[in-house]
Amino acid sequence: MSTSELGMPRMGFFTDTSVCIGCKACEVACKEWNLVPPDAGPTGSGPGTDTDIAAMDLLGMSYDNTGSLGANTWRHVAFIEAEADDPRQGDVRWLMASDVCKHCTHAACLDVCPTGALFRTELDTVVVQEDVCNGCGYCVPACPYGVIDVRPGDGRAWKCTLCYDRTKEGLTPACAQACPTESIVYGPLDELRERADLRLATLREAGESRAQLYGRDPDDGVGGDGAFFLLLDEPEVYGLPPDPVVTTRDLPAMWGRAALAAAGLAAAVAGAFLGGPR
Amino acid sequence: MVPPAQFGSYYGLPILKRPTWKSPDVPIYLWAGGAAGTSAVLAALADLTGRPTLRRGGRWVAACGAMIGSVALIHDLGRPARFLNMLRVVKPTSPLSVGSWILTPFGALAAAAAASELTGIAPRLGRVAGWGAAALGPALASYTSVLVADTAIPAWHEARNELPALFVGSAAAAGGGAGLVLATVADNGPAARIAAVGAVTELAAGQAMERHLAGLPGGLERVYQTGRAGRWNRAGQVLTTAGGVGALFLQRSRAGSVLAGLALLAGSLATRFAVLHAGRASADDPQHVIAPQRERLAQRTTHHAPGHVQTVD
Amino acid sequence: MIQGSNFAECHPVGFQWVMEAKARGATVIHIDPRFTRTSAMADHVVPIRAGSDVAFLGGLINYVLTEGKEFRDYVVAYTNAAAIVTEDFQDTEDLGGLFSGFDAASQSYDISSWQYEGAQPAAAAAGQRDTGPASQAGRHGGETHRASSGGQQYGSGGASIGAKPNRDETLQHPRCVFQILTRHFARYTPELVEQVCGISPEAFTTVAEAITANSGRERTTAWAYAVGWTQHSTGVQYIRTASILQALLGNIGRPGGGILALRGHASIQGSTDIPTLFDLLPGYLPMPHAHREQDLETYCAADAGQTGFWGNMPAYLVSLLKSYWGDAATPENDFRFDWLPRIDGDHNNFRSVLGMIDGTVRGYVVAGENPAVGGANARLQRQGLANLDWLVVRDFTCVETATFWQRPEDGRPEDVGTEVFFLPAATHAEKDGSFTNTQRLLQWHHKAVEPPGDARSDLWFFYHLGRRIREKLAGSTDPRDRPILELTWDYGAHGLIGEPSADAVLAEINGAGPDGEPLSAYTQLRDDGSTRCGCWIYCGVRADGVNQAARRRPGAEQNWVAPEWGWAWPANRRILYNRASADRRGHPWSPRKAYVWWDAQARRWTGHDVPDFEPGKPPDYRPPPDATAQDALSGDDPFIMQADGKAWLFAPAGLADGPLPVHYEPVESPHRNLLYPGRPVNPAAITYDRPGNRFHPPGSDAYPYVLTTYRLTEHQTGGGMTRHLPYLAELQPEAFCEVSPALAAERGLRHLGWATIVTARSAIEVKVLVTARMRPLRVDGRTSHQIGVPWHFGPNGLATGDSANDLLAIALDPNVHIQESKVLTCDIRPGRRPGGPELRELLADYRRRAGIPE
Ligand SMILES: Nc1nc2c(c(=O)[nH]1)N[C@H]1C(S)=C(S)[C@@H](COP(=O)(O)OP(=O)(O)OC[C@H]3O[C@@H](n4cnc5c(=O)[nH]c(N)nc54)[C@H](O)[C@@H]3O)O[C@H]1N2
Ligand SMILES: Nc1nc2c(c(=O)[nH]1)N[C@H]1C(S)=C(S)[C@@H](COP(=O)(O)OP(=O)(O)OC[C@H]3O[C@@H](n4cnc5c(=O)[nH]c(N)nc54)[C@H](O)[C@@H]3O)O[C@H]1N2
Ligand code: SF4
Ligand code: SF4
Ligand code: SF4
Ligand code: SF4
Ligand code: SF4
Ligand SMILES: [Mo]
Repeated sequence: MSTSELGMPRMGFFTDTSVCIGCKACEVACKEWNLVPPDAGPTGSGPGTDTDIAAMDLLGMSYDNTGSLGANTWRHVAFIEAEADDPRQGDVRWLMASDVCKHCTHAACLDVCPTGALFRTELDTVVVQEDVCNGCGYCVPACPYGVIDVRPGDGRAWKCTLCYDRTKEGLTPACAQACPTESIVYGPLDELRERADLRLATLREAGESRAQLYGRDPDDGVGGDGAFFLLLDEPEVYGLPPDPVVTTRDLPAMWGRAALAAAGLAAAVAGAFLGGPR
Repeated sequence: MVPPAQFGSYYGLPILKRPTWKSPDVPIYLWAGGAAGTSAVLAALADLTGRPTLRRGGRWVAACGAMIGSVALIHDLGRPARFLNMLRVVKPTSPLSVGSWILTPFGALAAAAAASELTGIAPRLGRVAGWGAAALGPALASYTSVLVADTAIPAWHEARNELPALFVGSAAAAGGGAGLVLATVADNGPAARIAAVGAVTELAAGQAMERHLAGLPGGLERVYQTGRAGRWNRAGQVLTTAGGVGALFLQRSRAGSVLAGLALLAGSLATRFAVLHAGRASADDPQHVIAPQRERLAQRTTHHAPGHVQTVD
Repeated sequence: MIQGSNFAECHPVGFQWVMEAKARGATVIHIDPRFTRTSAMADHVVPIRAGSDVAFLGGLINYVLTEGKEFRDYVVAYTNAAAIVTEDFQDTEDLGGLFSGFDAASQSYDISSWQYEGAQPAAAAAGQRDTGPASQAGRHGGETHRASSGGQQYGSGGASIGAKPNRDETLQHPRCVFQILTRHFARYTPELVEQVCGISPEAFTTVAEAITANSGRERTTAWAYAVGWTQHSTGVQYIRTASILQALLGNIGRPGGGILALRGHASIQGSTDIPTLFDLLPGYLPMPHAHREQDLETYCAADAGQTGFWGNMPAYLVSLLKSYWGDAATPENDFRFDWLPRIDGDHNNFRSVLGMIDGTVRGYVVAGENPAVGGANARLQRQGLANLDWLVVRDFTCVETATFWQRPEDGRPEDVGTEVFFLPAATHAEKDGSFTNTQRLLQWHHKAVEPPGDARSDLWFFYHLGRRIREKLAGSTDPRDRPILELTWDYGAHGLIGEPSADAVLAEINGAGPDGEPLSAYTQLRDDGSTRCGCWIYCGVRADGVNQAARRRPGAEQNWVAPEWGWAWPANRRILYNRASADRRGHPWSPRKAYVWWDAQARRWTGHDVPDFEPGKPPDYRPPPDATAQDALSGDDPFIMQADGKAWLFAPAGLADGPLPVHYEPVESPHRNLLYPGRPVNPAAITYDRPGNRFHPPGSDAYPYVLTTYRLTEHQTGGGMTRHLPYLAELQPEAFCEVSPALAAERGLRHLGWATIVTARSAIEVKVLVTARMRPLRVDGRTSHQIGVPWHFGPNGLATGDSANDLLAIALDPNVHIQESKVLTCDIRPGRRPGGPELRELLADYRRRAGIPE
């Protein structure tokens, strides 16, 4: 059941990367609150437990040393060093952006989940029930953003819960709470969209030619994101797909062709019994 | 140096997560399901048309195939108990849910049929069970195509139109092949014919799929032609061709049909491996995600600058 | 203006207000050798050569003066621009880089020639007074001057001078401060700035125009800095230069103005207010020196009858002695002034380390410090630790200072005789207490959880240590034990572990009146022994017996100055010297910038903040000739801690290295001093040139590159609080350096490959990050490469690596003894460093080539 049916507003995130200072407080706050194991640690280990140092290495991707979203990183801060458009800002441009599960309106991960472990909350967010997930891994290739993943060793799928335990109590998600610059804003989605439109207009005026909203459009391939972004460059620069589509959009057609194929098989086998000597 | 941002990707990292489905578990699952599904139908019709060895073989393959498939799936899940979670809900939007609801009754019925075949007990019930399994067989053989196509993996999703034909073709070839191996020359005619038809379908569908993918930006067809997928694919094509030809011309020789049958089974399995590895390869290369989507955008939105898409290192 | 600070990375929570200001239209300019996360948020980014800011700021001062962009009314009324300086004064322009009064032998200044005309010779409130009783107060400088620090002791106020100087408010008199200033900075042209700092005239003009256009009646510009400015052999003069500029632009004592020190450790401000410094007593009272004759009166003599609020120093000191020794301190026994510890010279942290090596320091208690990683010349620091009899380390985990003896590159553990005691410490979440932040704002924190196991708060440790010592000494008749036995030492230890009450400590700091009631303002302090106060500037923090620092009224529920959030010293003032936010007549300079003003009807100062002025003193008040202390200041003298009530463009006293800032090169620099070729470095800088602490000759080819050290958001200083935590360690997992593509090409460094960085002190190996964020500059006609090295790392914990501080030499600013850790020279080469003998051979080889002794 969705929020509209419950008559409450759909809650989500607006992440404005133009004010992100790359402090990674969101990344850490998320792990602290949700007891996510460190990427570097032996999987399943909680904070403070002995960590495999070897697994911690400098990635050389600017100041990003956790790489991408995954089972053990539900908020990920990307760092991109590019040429500056505006010479007054020096000859380099340093983009920082905090990525997260998009909480898609049409969530492929949820659609394909055979166990019902993934479900839509009353806040219209998409959450995995860890006690139901059986680790089939179907959600992993289904996600058009490459967000959700299976935790090695543990075998189950993990991702941002939009702090369901907090938000259902009316609290702000840990990452948004920790963000010093309000780069991450949590709130009713329609309000966030208004706020984002205003911000985009301001930046465009200020000459940010490539500034754009990402996942804001309810008519896009996933019906819009519950967690959408303001980017200062093309999505792929941040490792985001430029035009994601929920795979299940084509599901009826696929079932159709599969049924046809099944019928074909049955017919062919039958045919094989007709013709030919006895 | 900190690589200047590759406009077109984030340090060349994948955008999608690589499917966590294990090899050989999942290829075996797809293959065994296909073989079992076809065999169930073969067995039922053989029963009807009085081809006892084809019936017996078919029932065994159906039962064993279902069992191998389940074992492969459970192994992929890690813990046996986890399979039960599949049966918590029925979800048409989840091919794996649908598949579980096909595989489970199919497995039971096929097992029953095979059991009575083996023991001779309750032949009537055995026959009914066999018919039941036969009714589910084609679905079991074809749903797996949706299982893989219903993902964001370009090599699979973009091939969603050809995959069903490829999979049932492969299933028919495998099922027929199994028949050739197990049935006497007296009974194996239908097996040989369906095997040949399957082989042709599998090869044709494969070609059609690669042609279609070649038509998309980003050179997606290459993931089926190169690397591990490519090797499996070529092996599959050779084995399937050989098996198909063998099925038609060596059917009257017991040894010949066994060889042909084995070749077809192997060819079908190889194709399933090829599909898995192609999926992985296409997930690993961000350009396979970006290029088609950029193209789509460019067509849809005129105001949008296609911008900055370069290839990654 | 953010200069000398990586605001966003090192003060991310505070930076939210910069972003807020930006959102409201503020222009943010970042001036830094590197392109940092702060630069990424700035409207303008100006790369600068590390160690050259005085030249840049001097250029801005010159621009303001030549273009006549100063805020005239403010400058004439509120600064000492009009004051006339004695004929004896000679500028660096006259003496080729030296001011008058320099004594080559002691490398220090006699400041008597820097005086105002018409005022008695200045005696600084502290530091220079160790030459003996007031009778000799005229003499200054000498080794004795260097022995203790100067400027630090004016933390809350100015140096003291006599009566008011002669003034020329037309600012025409050739010897008035304004003219001296104009001449002094005349050669700091945009062209010179380009040559020295590597900043193009265009970039310079952009900044100059931005700040002048944004200053004056209607607008104010704020300058934020941190240790990118302080950690230089001329560190204090960096801040002086900015103060002069801000005073000229009228940006001090006004909302949106100021020179904002972004202080470091959560309560580092508190630890200078109630100091952990060897030469200070609480509230910036100077620590007395060892002289027989000196008593309370002679100690205060130089200040007695002094003008400005420092004139009340006896009241502050007597109240402090009363809080120490209670009833045992009486007028008859000079309030036990004789019981105060004395200093007999330089005991700064680095001197103590050298003392360990020389065997004069035998024991060391390290509480909340990790010098084996964080101390300049960390190798020398560890050498010192290895030469102790005993070492006590209080920390959360076994930091490098506790395990210094396990370092193979330093030698064999079995050769280290030091007995090490590690005592687990409680974190701030495990104890009550206060943080004093950058804005002098005290914020109380309450214990959230009990400390685990044997971990104890520092308050517990020092209280019970004192208690046990007193128990051991109980009954002793030895007079030297009296000061300890008579101490007031009762802080309501309670509970299972006998935790003392932090609130009781706060009460002692706040002080109490004759019948024990809490005081509410330092103006209540008396010198007759009727009041007690542990730190005069904190007086009022517990007014009415309420912990004012624990107030947390949300900003939305009060005015925009938010006076009811925490408590700021002094007297809960949020902006110091805020009388300057109104003009001479007491009217706001402009409605837009109104802050405090004179209410003519009520005949009181009022406004958004607590006025930093006597509430009833009218703007037209003029002092009678015999007035003392604050009464000697006029109604339009806003800088009430200064003897003359003015902001000092020229400092007649209080600085060890000159009344005006001068650009000197860092102690180690590849470049000559274009201004004074004969004076490459600060003549008064403190260097300990000795084995293990050798310096690179200026322009040495063996060490051709500039190296600067800095922080990362992901780690905290020496890493004791971060490198052991998986969540933080994984974010910056190992030591690295940042170099430009050009330097990488020049030296064959590979991205993510290893590099070895070499100085005369040591060599370290780090991973290489080649990034366009580092860029070479054109300096003095040639390319100047800068290498950046975060200094957080050490061998312990999860995120590890060599410590940048192994590379540093100890060179200190003469005023506050801060180490020059922001600039040194080095060589860099691809590959890993050798260990053991090979390492020593490598260093020796470099030293030979550079002609440096062992
Ligand atoms: N995350 C984090 N925050 C911290 C700390 C920490 O360790 N980690 N430490 C705390 C402490 S103790 C302190 S003191 C503060 C320090 O706070 P900051 O002073 O902001 O920190 P630093 O990185 O040491 O130096 C700041 C900048 O000075 C630049 N710099 C170096 N030399 C020069 C120069 O000559 N001129 C100019 N204009 N810039 C120069 C460096 O490139 C660097 O970007 O941070 C506090 N906050
Ligand atoms: N090269 C170079 N060197 C520098 C600097 C630089 O910029 N460059 N910066 C300098 C500056 S500004 C500073 S402030 C120093 C800092 O240098 P240090 O103070 O030596 O280093 P920290 O790691 O901050 O040491 C503080 C220790 O106190 C512990 N601690 C934290 N809270 C408590 C507590 O409540 N009680 C006790 N007992 N322990 C506690 C922490 O775990 C930590 O190990 O480094 C200086 N050194
Ligand atoms: S982003 Fe991926 S994981 Fe998140 S809701 Fe959408 S499909 Fe699911
Ligand atoms: S892995 Fe878990 S969450 Fe993902 S689809 Fe399977 S059961 Fe659902
Ligand atoms: S919402 Fe909660 S779970 Fe999601 S990223 Fe933020 S902190 Fe993590
Ligand atoms: S906490 Fe906010 S500012 Fe910091 S990295 Fe995350 S999103 Fe950016
Ligand atoms: S770590 Fe503490 S002191 Fe530093 S910014 Fe964060 S909250 Fe402030
Ligand atoms: Mo600091």
